[in-house]
Amino acid sequence: MEPFRVHTGVVAPLDRADIDTDQIIPKQFLKSVDRDGYGDFLFHDWRKEEGGSTNPEFVLNKEPYRGASILLAGRNFGCGSSREHAAWALRDFGFRAILAPSFADIFRENADQNGLAALSLEEDVVRELLARAYSEAPLSLTVDLEERTIADSDALLASFEIDDFRQMCLLEGLDRIGLTLRQAEAISSFEQQRWPNRSEVPPKSF
Amino acid sequence: MIGDQPSTLLDKIWNNHLVHADPGAPDLLYVDLHLLHEVTSAQAFDGLKVAGRTVRRPDLCVATVDHNIPTTDRSLPVLDSIARRQMEVLRENAQSHGIRLFDVDDERQGIVHVIGPELGLTRPGMVIVCGDSHTSTHGAFGALSFGIGTSEVEHVLATQCIPQRRPKAMEIRLEGDRPPGISAKDLILAVIGEIGVSGAVGHVVEYTGPVVGSLSMEERMTICNMSIEAGARAGMISPDPTTFEYLRDREFGPNSEEFVNLKMEWESLKTDDGATFDRSIMMDVSDLEPQVTWGTNPGMVTEISGSVPDPCRIKDEKARDSAERALEYMGLQPGTPMESINVDRVFVGSCTNGRLEDLREVARVLDGRRVHTDVHAMVVPGSTAVRRQAESEGLDRIFREAGFEWREAGCSMCIGMNPDTLSAGERCASTTNRNFEGRQGRGGRTHLVSPATAAATAVAGRLADPRSC
Repeated sequence: MEPFRVHTGVVAPLDRADIDTDQIIPKQFLKSVDRDGYGDFLFHDWRKEEGGSTNPEFVLNKEPYRGASILLAGRNFGCGSSREHAAWALRDFGFRAILAPSFADIFRENADQNGLAALSLEEDVVRELLARAYSEAPLSLTVDLEERTIADSDALLASFEIDDFRQMCLLEGLDRIGLTLRQAEAISSFEQQRWPNRSEVPPKSF
Repeated sequence: MIGDQPSTLLDKIWNNHLVHADPGAPDLLYVDLHLLHEVTSAQAFDGLKVAGRTVRRPDLCVATVDHNIPTTDRSLPVLDSIARRQMEVLRENAQSHGIRLFDVDDERQGIVHVIGPELGLTRPGMVIVCGDSHTSTHGAFGALSFGIGTSEVEHVLATQCIPQRRPKAMEIRLEGDRPPGISAKDLILAVIGEIGVSGAVGHVVEYTGPVVGSLSMEERMTICNMSIEAGARAGMISPDPTTFEYLRDREFGPNSEEFVNLKMEWESLKTDDGATFDRSIMMDVSDLEPQVTWGTNPGMVTEISGSVPDPCRIKDEKARDSAERALEYMGLQPGTPMESINVDRVFVGSCTNGRLEDLREVARVLDGRRVHTDVHAMVVPGSTAVRRQAESEGLDRIFREAGFEWREAGCSMCIGMNPDTLSAGERCASTTNRNFEGRQGRGGRTHLVSPATAAATAVAGRLADPRSC
């Protein structure tokens, strides 16, 4: 996984609350067996008209947001389905960070697993940044995960809180499975304790 | 009790599954049952292969095909080649890793959250995961059961464990007397309407109180299923005699000898008197009416006798914006009585309401009546077993004679990954769980309702109160 330390990029404002994963990537694009190639379908029904042509009104179809790498959104971003395709599509499109007042639990985990920094900012801060992203476009921000700060080219704008462990995993781009496998002995001894006789492993009819 | 401390069901399950705890890091929990389906597993198996890892406990995994299989004639080939490929890949992965698969031609095939309980795979006290957010359904049995992403599916395949921060515990206590004609779906929609779609983020919800205790297992599954629609990590209900009775004589459940011991173990799981929750809310359901959604998330819900709300009256600016956008998408005007809204389609099915009791309820309301001539209605049973049982009770005949299509089991129009979708502008009364924009098909307009309300609506051709049928 690509580590996330400091990232500077253009901000795209998406001023909606409760953006669900069905909007981030509609179900018809979940049939692939690959992890990449979803960027074209990101926010598909908002980006594309019914016939497939580009919707010129949608933020990501407008300059200077087309090449944005930081998405600014309303609260409870990523609610709904557990599809990791949502995180894959955002990354594939070119996003490295999502800034919002809050995130749905499964989405945030999926983002973490893909080096996509889903960071919670105060609602007031988000509102202010949204206004600036429209009025001062292109607004470029720097997300410093190590320092836990958001800055523009002139000044520090805000700080954010993040669980130390999440921060470390993102900073290091850690392989979570590798981390758990370091506890292989603890896992084995848990299994040993639970099923002293391996032949009795329940549910036995599996 | 943990030691001499009164504890919650969540605490007890957590402690029983704690493999490793490091200060500062998430706890490592052991997973008892890992359910898999075709849409969220292929990349996980692929990841294992790339990293040279294996499936640690194939005996604790169970797979089925549900999300994108057609619900029409199963003897015909799947026309969508990409969907077909996804199912083939699951088949290959299950075979090469020795994982049991209930394939399309298996009598035990069905929606993963319907078959887990009906086969007796789901049990109290388990930790259950699946790459699907509606895994919360299994919490009805007093299990800790939650949806995970594909990277986590890979994690569980490789380690049989899942790292988790301990969520907060939230109690939702349902008080009062459930009025006649009010279903579990109405209860949970009302709860979500009350606390909102992010009202339980970061929490595991335990539903408590006399109303919950009186619910059947299938009704409890409907409630726990939709916990995710309030943002909850999981939903759960302490196991009780209703739970134990359901678990008797299930194909993969305990035999009668094991049952006695397990029952004692299960009884000890229930939340102790005096245990504390991080948050508790109480709702009196005595005056509840059938619920119906008007907007584009499950929290945008009102009573069937109510009207489409006026966004101007919503104080919170964000909520007002959302409501305005929702009404535009739904093609609705503020103040329109819900019961005057005509529908084009009626869908009965899904992991929320595709079980036998749901189908019986639809048949009861139909009672010899015909589906309105302007309505296209279908029933998609939650599993092949539900389908067979419904047929043996003659429910399929009632549905067909009323004008409903009677289909094979799967997720179908709840997610619309197979050919069962809404067209743009079509309005549907649906017993499913999500009314998000485009969920049932691009431009499709979904009203979430109970099975009884769906049946009454199919007959009336407009959203209708099943109590006045």
